[in-house]
Amino acid sequence: MSTVDLGLPSLPGGLRGVPAATEPQSRKEYVSDQEVRWCPGCGDYAVLAAFQGFLPELGIKRENVAMVSGIGCSSRFPYYLSTYGMHSIHGRAPAIATGLAVARPDLSVWVVTGDGDALSIGGNHLIHTLRRNVNLKILLFNNRIYGLTKGQYSPTSEPGKVTKSTPMGSVDNPFNPVSLALGAEATFVARTVDSDRKHLTSVLTAAAEHRGTAFVEIYQNCPIFNDNAFDAFKNPDTRDDAIIPLKHGEPIRFGTDGHLGVVRDGFASLAVREVADLPNGEADLVVHDAHTDDPAYAFALSRLTDAGVLHQAPIGIFRQVDRPAYDDLVRQQVDTAKETQGTGDLQALINGSDTWTVG
Amino acid sequence: MRRRAAAGPKLDLEMTEQMAIEVKQLDRVVIRFAGDSGDGMQLTGDRFTAETASFGNDLSTLPNFPAEIRAPAGTLPGVSSFQLHFADHDILTPGDAPDVLIAMNPAALKANLPDVPRGATLIVDTADFTARNLKRIGYDENPLETGALEAYHVVALNLTGMTVESVKEFGLSRKDASRAKNMYALGLVSWLFQRPIESTIAFLETKFAGKPDIRDANIAAFRAGFNFGETAEEFAVRYEVKPAQMATGTYRNISGNLALAYGLVAGAQRAGLPLVLGAYPITPASDVLHELSKLKRFDVTTIQAEDEIAGVGAALGASFAGALGVTTSSGPGISLKSETIGLGVMLELPLVVCDIQRAGPSTGMPTKTEQADLLQVMFGRNGEAPLPVLAAQSPADCFAIAVEATRIAVTYRTPVIVLSDGYLANGSEPWQIPRIEDLVTIDPNFTTEPNATADDGTPKYLPYLRDPETLARAWAIPGTAGLDHRIGGLEKEDKTGNISYDPANHDLMVRTRQAKVDGIARSIDPLVVDDPDGDAKVLVLGWGSTYGPIGAGVRRVRKVGGKVAQAHLRHLNPFPANLGEVLKSYDKVLVPEMNLGQLAMLLRAKYLVDVVSYAQVRGMPLGAAELAEVIGNLVEETAGIDDDARHLGLDAANLKHGEQLHQSEGAR
Repeated sequence: MSTVDLGLPSLPGGLRGVPAATEPQSRKEYVSDQEVRWCPGCGDYAVLAAFQGFLPELGIKRENVAMVSGIGCSSRFPYYLSTYGMHSIHGRAPAIATGLAVARPDLSVWVVTGDGDALSIGGNHLIHTLRRNVNLKILLFNNRIYGLTKGQYSPTSEPGKVTKSTPMGSVDNPFNPVSLALGAEATFVARTVDSDRKHLTSVLTAAAEHRGTAFVEIYQNCPIFNDNAFDAFKNPDTRDDAIIPLKHGEPIRFGTDGHLGVVRDGFASLAVREVADLPNGEADLVVHDAHTDDPAYAFALSRLTDAGVLHQAPIGIFRQVDRPAYDDLVRQQVDTAKETQGTGDLQALINGSDTWTVG
Repeated sequence: MRRRAAAGPKLDLEMTEQMAIEVKQLDRVVIRFAGDSGDGMQLTGDRFTAETASFGNDLSTLPNFPAEIRAPAGTLPGVSSFQLHFADHDILTPGDAPDVLIAMNPAALKANLPDVPRGATLIVDTADFTARNLKRIGYDENPLETGALEAYHVVALNLTGMTVESVKEFGLSRKDASRAKNMYALGLVSWLFQRPIESTIAFLETKFAGKPDIRDANIAAFRAGFNFGETAEEFAVRYEVKPAQMATGTYRNISGNLALAYGLVAGAQRAGLPLVLGAYPITPASDVLHELSKLKRFDVTTIQAEDEIAGVGAALGASFAGALGVTTSSGPGISLKSETIGLGVMLELPLVVCDIQRAGPSTGMPTKTEQADLLQVMFGRNGEAPLPVLAAQSPADCFAIAVEATRIAVTYRTPVIVLSDGYLANGSEPWQIPRIEDLVTIDPNFTTEPNATADDGTPKYLPYLRDPETLARAWAIPGTAGLDHRIGGLEKEDKTGNISYDPANHDLMVRTRQAKVDGIARSIDPLVVDDPDGDAKVLVLGWGSTYGPIGAGVRRVRKVGGKVAQAHLRHLNPFPANLGEVLKSYDKVLVPEMNLGQLAMLLRAKYLVDVVSYAQVRGMPLGAAELAEVIGNLVEETAGIDDDARHLGLDAANLKHGEQLHQSEGAR
């Protein structure tokens, strides 16, 4: 496969090598002919709508977008987009997408996964994809429940959760997906909410433009098995105090009238405080720097997320740093080998250095 | 017993008058190098093999080593060995029993002696035969002194001492100096069998180019060993095994794993596709990963994945992208890959899955061979998930099998299983090198234009529209404008590939996938039976690495007058179209396997033929003599000869090939 080099340097890093669209595209072009079959009220509809609206804005050829998903409600996503897509098997989408991304620098590759798919059965592939920094974008729809199998607790469910498989309450300690991604030293880690289309779109845009693995956790409501799990972030009465907004270069201040803020608190920790109680007021607040090389800062931010029932969590881009992408390096080695050793002569190779002739 | 005291290193000064050393012609020799895992026995065997190959003998090798990288020195579990069979005619196996055993320590002697027939030569390094070492492995007395070895021709030499002496000038520590003892032994044996030594010297010069002391010491030890043979009185006879008569062509020596790696690259190139390997290290398959990693200039990308599942996942993702996805593993890894292989069956994408089998179940015996994964690869997936299965029959055949696997995978859009095993992987043989341009051309036949028309007259793409001949589906790769589509593990609607739960459609698709795989039989050659007189009543049918031992066993039976036919399967799914007819034209069909009768089970189920299964699972290749006995007995049984009147089997088993290496009183 050859990369189509259109000589258009305007495409941002994450899309470098992907051919640009020659004409403006519309949302409609990205809608497939398949009937969407999520439950009424599912948060997936909002994400799909946002995604279909956002893709044309990328300015790349539609046929050069590839979606790979695993198993779960969210993993039906590829069927509803008129791009190339693969609905694969449970947990393995990051591995499959890695092969796809390595083989094809001219594709924009997206992985759609859920909390069970990515963090339980596919946890190993997720962390290794993140550490390698393969140039693909992972959208983790976190509804904190197993939906497709009808309501068992997931690896992000709060402790004590009563489900069909935990009638006496779950005794599992949950993952914080953002903490996990940062522990794997992911280069782009963000969190957004299904219902906030504007924020969702801005995060997706930044993810698309990031060279390497972009990990986006999307808080997504399951109206059937875990309704209102993210109510704190949606209810106008609570959301201002619930959402800790992360904006690069700005002090982390939030809450009604900005009464809350994030400050350093002891060794490598952050805490939420009343701004009024701070000796220097806003000057004591942490100014968000997503480009901090050491993931410890972003990790500390991620710990501001409630472990149990969610009342408060940072939303936005936690970390965005540059590191060479795995697939770029792999292709570079192939190119270097061809340059230094010449394009291989297969006959010479199989002959080897020690032959003898009979007759 | 004809043991002599070890000769000192200085005696050559006095040997001004060379004894006339007799040269004996042999038609074949089996030699085994054995020592500690750290003694360099595999390297020694490889070098002797290279010398033998360049001399023009036919040969076959059997490396045998423990899974532990360095078991405690001097212990029985730590013994590593390398057996080489070479001959002036074409041979099929590394030999049942060594004519010459080189034992570098007491443990190597003890561990290997049960395999050595009486009358054979034992070349023993006496340096480690101390009371403590002997006791450690359960010898109360020194077997070199008790007469316990009097049935053998024992050449007991202080090889280590002589090595240290021969490299004195390089100022190495005794430990470093003694490490060249394998080269000393190799030099001696190279002299004994008149091997050309230039390639080994060139090899040592390259291998230790960065360490001049070590390089010079190894070369000096190698030459000293050779010269010792020439000058010492230790050997009254040298041996000559003339080059084999082989078909005209250019040859090299090649191991199974290397041949497999080259075959995969050749297949990809013939298809015009880049190769993407996703693999996780596992014995005995890792060498395929290593070899392919060196071949990036051939558009080969290797991904060492985080686990077996990711390895096959990345390969399948690469196939979706339009590359040739390949994954390599052994039985335990194949178990982990099963679900993804099943996805490949559903997606109908090319994928080559190589299973270098080892002794199981579970971790089993990682460095030992077996062919017990046949039923796993045939059926080890959920649902009706048929896929083609191929098996290489010899180390060099791994090349051709890999090309064939690529042809089937790409042409039929299906995962293909390639079965090899530890014996083929590490064993080697001369290979008549094919010309690349003579290899089959493979056409990926990508779909680049719409292949159907919608009701409203607009052109559209149907990803599951099939070629009427092969039933292969249309394959459009990402980046192809207008042909975007979604595929997945959910059942597909015929032609459109849309999700379908329709009962009739599912039935159709299950049957179609089966028919596609079955139809591959139309593209493969019919099974050829070797039946020289055409009137044999017994057919021996094998698959995989038993080809050599079965062939050797059949030859033995024929030599003593038995009539037997032989055929070997390289395609295990689908079978060659004429297999049923072949099976039914013999009174008895014997199926030897290194499992408990897996092919036998398939044959009985499919053809209702009551095949005779001969099953051995020892982690070692089947022996030619044991097979000869089984075959001979069956030939006489089929002819209605009573048990007590039968002799063909034993005659064939006891048949001596060519000359005895020694006129020993203890010949068996």
